[in-house]
Amino acid sequence: MADIAFLLLIFFLVSTTMDVDTGIYKKLPPIPEKDQVEDDVKVKKRNVLAILVNRNDELLVNGELLDISQLREKTKEFILNPNNDENLPEKQIKTVPYFGDVPVSKGLVSLQNDRGTSYEMYIRVQDELAIAARELKDEKAMQKWSKKYSELDDDQQDAVKKYVPMAISEAEPKNVGGKR
Amino acid sequence: MSKFRKDGGKELPAISTASLPDIVFMLLFFFMVSTTMRDVELNVSYVQPQAKELTKLEKKDLVSNIHVGVPLRKFQKTFGSESRIQLNDQFATVDDIQQFIASEREARKEELRNKLTTSLKVDRYTKMGIIVDIKQELRKASALKLNYSALQGAEEN
Repeated sequence: MADIAFLLLIFFLVSTTMDVDTGIYKKLPPIPEKDQVEDDVKVKKRNVLAILVNRNDELLVNGELLDISQLREKTKEFILNPNNDENLPEKQIKTVPYFGDVPVSKGLVSLQNDRGTSYEMYIRVQDELAIAARELKDEKAMQKWSKKYSELDDDQQDAVKKYVPMAISEAEPKNVGGKR
Repeated sequence: MSKFRKDGGKELPAISTASLPDIVFMLLFFFMVSTTMRDVELNVSYVQPQAKELTKLEKKDLVSNIHVGVPLRKFQKTFGSESRIQLNDQFATVDDIQQFIASEREARKEELRNKLTTSLKVDRYTKMGIIVDIKQELRKASALKLNYSALQGAEEN
């Protein structure tokens, strides 16, 4: 009898999992110092992918109305700029470990949403951007090591990260209505 | 003499303890099944959004939760049906967040204080306005590690 109980005990011990919290991890930028002069970093227009989301959860990407399903491809094209298009971001030759001297995109994704945007839409946009970044990294990792990005060691991951940087900047919230 | 006369020499046999482990196990199982982990009682209801690119939050003890959602039925009379913030067990406003972060820090060991992550558990239909306010407050409290809690969604291809 005790053996059966032990069996049951061990079975339950093994089979139960604590519910793990999952989510999209982000780091917030620290708040700018009050006395710090707002030195707006000048970024060329071609280097910015401006994503605006309005209160009806519609997407405007660089002045173009887009469906959320197209965002991923758009972002990847923006970062990669395969044909060295004049309207897509510039590249800068940088030395990246493992890869050598490679052109690295200067692209920057800028995200701005309305106060009326739904949280779901916000998460979907964030998610699409994260997927785009992951797919780019996977692609590079595949070319170099024929492994996925997540299977690389830390140094290699850092190198890939430098090769395909994904900078997402969220606009400082503007309080247009002046009301919370 | 009488047949029913007690024999003085006979003693009561000792109770068998062979089944004691079973009883103990039964108790163990009962408590294992019936206990739930202590958690905050939710005053708001929320359905988290789905996402595909998720990271797992490790170290549960270093996570402080902020719930945002629609107040439960019984609270709607006083708090309305718009999304509200819940910190610990009570409804709160955006202004309480800095205080909350400070007390969460206070509760942790000193060397772990800067490793605190804030997990936002937000209903999917919440408007971004309130989230933006929360994020501003978190920045002011320099609690910069943020997790937008989301459920694993199906990968559509």
